[in-house]
Amino acid sequence: MIQVKNLIKVFGTKVAVDDVSFSVEKGEVLGFLGPNGAGKSTTMRMVTGYFRPTSGSVNICGIDMLEEPELAKQRLGYLPENAPLYSDMTVASFLGFCAELRGLHGADRTRAIDRVLDLCFLDNVRNQSVDTLSKGYRHRTCFAQSIIHDPDVLILDEPTDGLDPNQKHEVRSMIKRMGKDKAIIFSTHILEEVEAACSRAIIIDRGKVVADGTPESLKKLVPGANSLDEVFRSITNSDTAVKKAA
Amino acid sequence: MSNRDIQNTLAVFKREFMAYFNSPVFYVIVVIFLLATNGFTFFFSRLLDSDDVSLATRFFVWHPWIYTVLAPAVGMRLWSEEHRLGTIELLMTMPVSPWQAIWGKFLAASVIWLIALALTFPIVVTVAYLGDPDSGPIISGYVASYLYAMACLAVTSAISAFTRSQVVCFIISVAFCLVIALIGDPGLTQTVVNAVPNGTEGVVRFISYFSFMDHFFEMTKGIFVLRDVLYFVSVIVVALLVTDLGLRSKRA
Repeated sequence: MIQVKNLIKVFGTKVAVDDVSFSVEKGEVLGFLGPNGAGKSTTMRMVTGYFRPTSGSVNICGIDMLEEPELAKQRLGYLPENAPLYSDMTVASFLGFCAELRGLHGADRTRAIDRVLDLCFLDNVRNQSVDTLSKGYRHRTCFAQSIIHDPDVLILDEPTDGLDPNQKHEVRSMIKRMGKDKAIIFSTHILEEVEAACSRAIIIDRGKVVADGTPESLKKLVPGANSLDEVFRSITNSDTAVKKAA
Repeated sequence: MSNRDIQNTLAVFKREFMAYFNSPVFYVIVVIFLLATNGFTFFFSRLLDSDDVSLATRFFVWHPWIYTVLAPAVGMRLWSEEHRLGTIELLMTMPVSPWQAIWGKFLAASVIWLIALALTFPIVVTVAYLGDPDSGPIISGYVASYLYAMACLAVTSAISAFTRSQVVCFIISVAFCLVIALIGDPGLTQTVVNAVPNGTEGVVRFISYFSFMDHFFEMTKGIFVLRDVLYFVSVIVVALLVTDLGLRSKRA
């Protein structure tokens, strides 16, 4: 349902994403791993149509993102990094606004809002201003926005960042549950998360895909490695190592 | 325009419009605007001390200067705030075209000004009570004033698309609106015309033609010319095109 081919993004002279290709089918949860600055967010921003790729193509449910951006965007839900929200709105009015932009009006809109408020445990803050919410609630509000139209494709940029362990667990199980009938990509740098929620994982480093497979098969990539942690460390370059070499 | 265009523009419009009421911005701006317009009209132009109650020379004449400061204050949040909060990423990954969003936001700011301008109605009542003014110049004066405000708002919208700082947007927009008002000042134009070498006066006049002022005063005099309306409309369209350009450049 998501097909990404030869995606390249160049900022000035810096190649942020260098020839990335992958595809995600329905029922798959793809973990997107990589050190900070590896190009995870940039890739996701291109998949969601926020950035225009320097070259390459993105296809969502058979619709080309570059040719039919509005149609393709209708099929996906996106949780950007740091969960941005309009601070002057209440939770319900924010979700209502997002629902309208997704083409839900009248009774459909009300139903969609109630559904995600319930699903994301936001009922008790529905009329509270976004400004006054704690980080966990803010995150969940933005997450609720991404699933308000029950999309086929879900793209989540660090969905568990800044949450407490209970909330992390809740989000992970929610992803796993929804992964059964959607195609999901989520980025993280917490490796247990990958094992807990993903059916497949991609490791990206300096803009290139360096590994692609199930969590189990990734472990076998590096002989003698017991955990994904060790695999991750041995196949990606840490920025401190680069500094030492220089 | 399709149904979808209207729905999306309306959704953005509604959100943006409500945002003005959820913050003190609207109330502060309207109060200051009303104090300024009436203050200038009664204390500087001394509307009540003369026999002539022409609104053009006593009321509308102050509007460009007031808009130069106040329109950027209303418009500066349009896109800067979106960049600062990061919600631009949310908005631009929704099935909304940039144009629907640009129009929605611009219309919200415009309607805010329409309300502010409508609230100056007591002055019309006053002159109607004191004398027997011609309604033509009053109507064309209001149209001119509103077009001027919208042009300033569109310019501010364009500048706000390039920066995440409302303060930077405000200062640059005020400077821009001030310059575009001043280049049309007859006194200033005359001084420059006298100073430049022979044969280049045409250039000076050509530049001064781009000022808002000329077109504004033509209209407040009651000379309702399509040319002047088209001028303001094209300024607005160009500024919104630049807004689109700014948003594109930010999304790289």
